[in-house]
Amino acid sequence: MTAKPETAGGDEALFEYLLRLGDNALILGQRLGEWVSNGPTVELDIALGNQSLDLIGQARMLFDYAGRVEGKGRSEDDIAFLRDVLDFRNVLLVEQPNGDFGQTVIRQFLYGTYASALYERLSGSTDNELAGIAQKAVKEMAYHARHSGEWVVRLGDGTEESHGRVQAGLDFLWPYAHELFIADDIDRTMAERGIGIDPSDLKDDWLEVVTGVIGRATLTLPETNWVPDGGKQGRHTENLGYILSDLQFMQRAYPGAEW
Amino acid sequence: MAEAAPTDIREAAVWRLLQEVKDPEVPVLSVVNLGIVRDVVFDGETLEVTITPTYSGCPAMNMIEAQIAEVLKREGFGEARVKTVLSPAWTTDWMDEEGRRKLKAFGIAPPEKTSADKRALFGEVPPVACPRCSSENTEMVSEFGSTACKALYKCGDCLEPFDHFKCI
Repeated sequence: MTAKPETAGGDEALFEYLLRLGDNALILGQRLGEWVSNGPTVELDIALGNQSLDLIGQARMLFDYAGRVEGKGRSEDDIAFLRDVLDFRNVLLVEQPNGDFGQTVIRQFLYGTYASALYERLSGSTDNELAGIAQKAVKEMAYHARHSGEWVVRLGDGTEESHGRVQAGLDFLWPYAHELFIADDIDRTMAERGIGIDPSDLKDDWLEVVTGVIGRATLTLPETNWVPDGGKQGRHTENLGYILSDLQFMQRAYPGAEW
Repeated sequence: MAEAAPTDIREAAVWRLLQEVKDPEVPVLSVVNLGIVRDVVFDGETLEVTITPTYSGCPAMNMIEAQIAEVLKREGFGEARVKTVLSPAWTTDWMDEEGRRKLKAFGIAPPEKTSADKRALFGEVPPVACPRCSSENTEMVSEFGSTACKALYKCGDCLEPFDHFKCI
């Protein structure tokens, strides 16, 4: 069966799908950027800054494409800087606070493991442009997952202090991870058209990797029935407004300002 | 004079000129050594150069694009189009032998010539030779270095710290 190439232009489902991918990358990139000059060591400061840069680069490519799909002449900057909280489509996990380094590393590990599997699959998307972005992003996200996974083990299986902190980070963030795998109509439409995938398909493999690392790190997976969601539909925690007030300050204060 | 020559000769001239355009972060490497120039094509009189980024967020890309356009304009190729493509994704395998030699001489350990580094979590890390003393008794200090494309290493024999151009 050959898939019919999708024509761009006012494709709302694809636009939404690209916003979700781009917003996850932008907001997590912004969060990691908050670490710059505050990292626990100079090497980790650089590592967090570099991961932020990868994510913001991915967001730029996704927003640039989203703007063209939407067909209203919006640029990558318009999409990043001129939308408000309710227009953002990122999952709740990526907007959660950095906490200490242990919590940041848990968030990066949970998200990076998901994103590397996601982009691996999207590398074969019937949408050539999305496939191209995914082929770049998969290498970067696999690297992030490895880096953060090694730190989860080092800290979890470290001292009493580091173990306690990284366990606390896991306890706090774990409920938010489930939203990554909740499919809605947009996901299903994209999967049917061969452009995207149904994220619930990724959960078993993700859980296997995560459980393995958590075990090596001598950490315990929290048990909880609380599964907050809604980020993909624009219902966010209070954190996002604060993130945007930093991220968008220049464009709000000096509309149209350029370097 | 550029207009008079057949297309293939003009394309070869453009490839030679692109050797002058250096990566602003690693100034010993040209964009051709790096393997980020994917194509040079004349569409009638209009020249189109296709490049691909090393990393999604590489801040050097805009500068590289501007430098390519500037060099070509200066050498009489008019307003060349510089187009960016993402697929197939850049890999360190595209770095040429000359580039690898230059990197090592500059004090940066070149990427290993293997296919993309997709080793699993906690997988075996291939040995990286010290660019100064060639010892393989080296240790990774940090997966991320001074730029997105480098990692930090330390040599166990000559004790020098060095950058390694990551293999992706």
